[in-house]
Amino acid sequence: MNVAAYWQDFFRRNGVAVALFLLISVGFWVFMMILLPQLFMLDFSIRANVPPPKFGSEEHYYTIEHYQYMIFGSAQSTDSYNIIDLTVFFRTIIAAITVTIIDLALCYPIAYYLAHVSKGGWSRLMVLSLIVPFWVNEILRAFAFKIIFGSTGVINNFLVAVGILSEPYDFIRNDVALWAGLSYAFILLMIFPIYNAVESLDKNQIEAARDLGSPWWRIHWRIVVPHAKPGISSGCTMVFMLTAGALAAPQILGGPSSLWFTQIIYQGFNQAGNWARGSAYAIILLIACIAFVLIMMKIFKVKFGELMR
Amino acid sequence: MMQERVQRIVVLAFVLLFFLYLFGPLIVMGVTAFNTSSFPRVSPWDCFSVEWFNILAQDTRLIVGLRNSVLIGLGVVLLAVPIGLAGALMLMQISARVRPWYYTIVISPILVPGVVLGISTLLFWDRIGVMLGFSAESIFYNGIFLTIVGQATFISAYAMLIFIARLQRFDPVLEEAALDLGATHVQTFRKVLLPFLKPAIGSAAVLAFLASFENYNTTIFTIVSESTLTTVLASKVRYGIDPSISALAVLIVFLTLVGAVAYEISQRREGRRQKRAAAVARGEITEAARVKSKERSFFAEPAFIMSALIIVGGLGIVYFSGTIGVDECKAAVKETKRVEVQRRVEKMQQKQMFQSAVEQQSIESKARGTEGYEGIFSPQNLQEQTTSPDTEATAKGTEGYQSIFAPSNLEDQSGAEESSSAKGTEGYQSIFAPNNLTEQAGTEQGN
Repeated sequence: MNVAAYWQDFFRRNGVAVALFLLISVGFWVFMMILLPQLFMLDFSIRANVPPPKFGSEEHYYTIEHYQYMIFGSAQSTDSYNIIDLTVFFRTIIAAITVTIIDLALCYPIAYYLAHVSKGGWSRLMVLSLIVPFWVNEILRAFAFKIIFGSTGVINNFLVAVGILSEPYDFIRNDVALWAGLSYAFILLMIFPIYNAVESLDKNQIEAARDLGSPWWRIHWRIVVPHAKPGISSGCTMVFMLTAGALAAPQILGGPSSLWFTQIIYQGFNQAGNWARGSAYAIILLIACIAFVLIMMKIFKVKFGELMR
Repeated sequence: MMQERVQRIVVLAFVLLFFLYLFGPLIVMGVTAFNTSSFPRVSPWDCFSVEWFNILAQDTRLIVGLRNSVLIGLGVVLLAVPIGLAGALMLMQISARVRPWYYTIVISPILVPGVVLGISTLLFWDRIGVMLGFSAESIFYNGIFLTIVGQATFISAYAMLIFIARLQRFDPVLEEAALDLGATHVQTFRKVLLPFLKPAIGSAAVLAFLASFENYNTTIFTIVSESTLTTVLASKVRYGIDPSISALAVLIVFLTLVGAVAYEISQRREGRRQKRAAAVARGEITEAARVKSKERSFFAEPAFIMSALIIVGGLGIVYFSGTIGVDECKAAVKETKRVEVQRRVEKMQQKQMFQSAVEQQSIESKARGTEGYEGIFSPQNLQEQTTSPDTEATAKGTEGYQSIFAPSNLEDQSGAEESSSAKGTEGYQSIFAPNNLTEQAGTEQGN
């Protein structure tokens, strides 16, 4: 079927009005909101940094200096690499992976418990109650952690009162608060996909394995985990993406010396006013995230469609 | 048997800890909203009051942000729900060869970091505005417009997922029947498809509004010079915190709980309705009986009445106990604090007198007055100077200001320093660490 016939058929099937609604909406979304903005940002990131009136002029030439800056730093500095930005970048990625693993370790048992161990109304109540923290603002969640981890916060007061610590421990400066807060922030995006996947598992399979004498860890490894694989991979992807792209929690909970890569992008835009470099860094973050998705698809052998459900 | 019991206990403990982790922070934050202490904390507890809620209600910046957030939320609903619907319908019809590409493109905004979406939206509309020759006051530079478009980019994808799930249960024969019976395409769309999708439209709208309302990462870039609730909150939380933020959190958690309860009730109604319909289908009750046993209205549900009573009663009790006797209690707390401070001051004065007597002796025996001034610029000496009292005072004083920018020094100086002047500067060193402020207020006043 050639293209013209295809569109003719499309209009005939939907009627003109509905077909136009579909085409305009989807066209606006795909081109004006998704593709073109990204392309413009890419274009922006490979041009020199000039003030807005000079856009498109001679001085707005193509260059990869912003990407070079990310790796090698400014020409004036004595270091051969841009150690600050590179460190922050890799620390962000590693921290995001760690947070993902922590969340997976926390959520898998809970999801299994909710789906197969707890019963009836009680289980329903617990699932419902999981939603409550999710709809509390990301900033307020970070704020809550700032309160409990502060030097006069509940945890410090408790530890000092019990006698484990002789004086308050600075959880914020040592990034404990940040880690706890980030793991908390997106934990539900891990638990729900796994819960949905585990729940659809037939209980008889577990029973059969148990009757045949399989220990509990092998039941999980050979039956539950393979079945929950799509849920696990989609949960991991979501948590990684959101953690690596988090801005509020690191701004609020981060100690004075620890930066998140998104904070560097934010500074480039709002404080340094260097939009070109900001876009270049945003592109780098985007590429890192795409790479992570591809790796997840490879490791878990799932398709992109399965990842997003 | 024994092993099984141990296993059960471990599992239960884990579940308990998990829920503690999930709700503990929120509960603590909620409790701080009712403490009169000007720093959000649970202990020491000053007075129970609802005054932070009043302060919250008078915060104009927050109110403006809230208004903008609601405006943006509605805009996002109006933009994202139709786009999501169109996206889902398109996915159903598109040829199998293009479908994976199309799906990848439209779903990608969910995975792209919000920061990136915000930046690209900002840049794109800025360039469009320049190309079309619009001024900086035009809509392309308006923070609210940009934020709506930026957020709708990924919220449309959420909406689309909801519509896809619903459309999978749609029977296309219905549409064909309507068309065969002479309905136009628009009529079929409006009278057949939209009614079927009504629940999905409702949940997509709610989800879109909530997602927009709590978004921060995209908004912070696209909002330009305007503000939303989240951006106001973020700047508040970053630069000085007080319990009125906790009060806001209490309100949000409360609204969420109300929403969750309402959802649960409506789910149960739906369940009952389906059960009855199934009974009709099995012929246990007649259709007429089903229609006759008219449904209770939502507001007449026992669960609704119960929870409404609990909520209203609880709110009333909290409000009254939070306004009565607050001033007396505050005065009492102030008095105890004053007494405590005075006690400390006296103790310190005694100590100081004793110390200066000892140091007087040492200066007479050794007399190394100048040495202290020589070493004043070499930082290593600062800690271990045992010189004449006046040098010590200066040295300690400068030490305090020198180390003001060295973060690691902040914690472990209290041990080495004993004189009251040093304590004074210590208080100022940590002036930028919000948590320390309240803790040290007593010491500062003492000096």
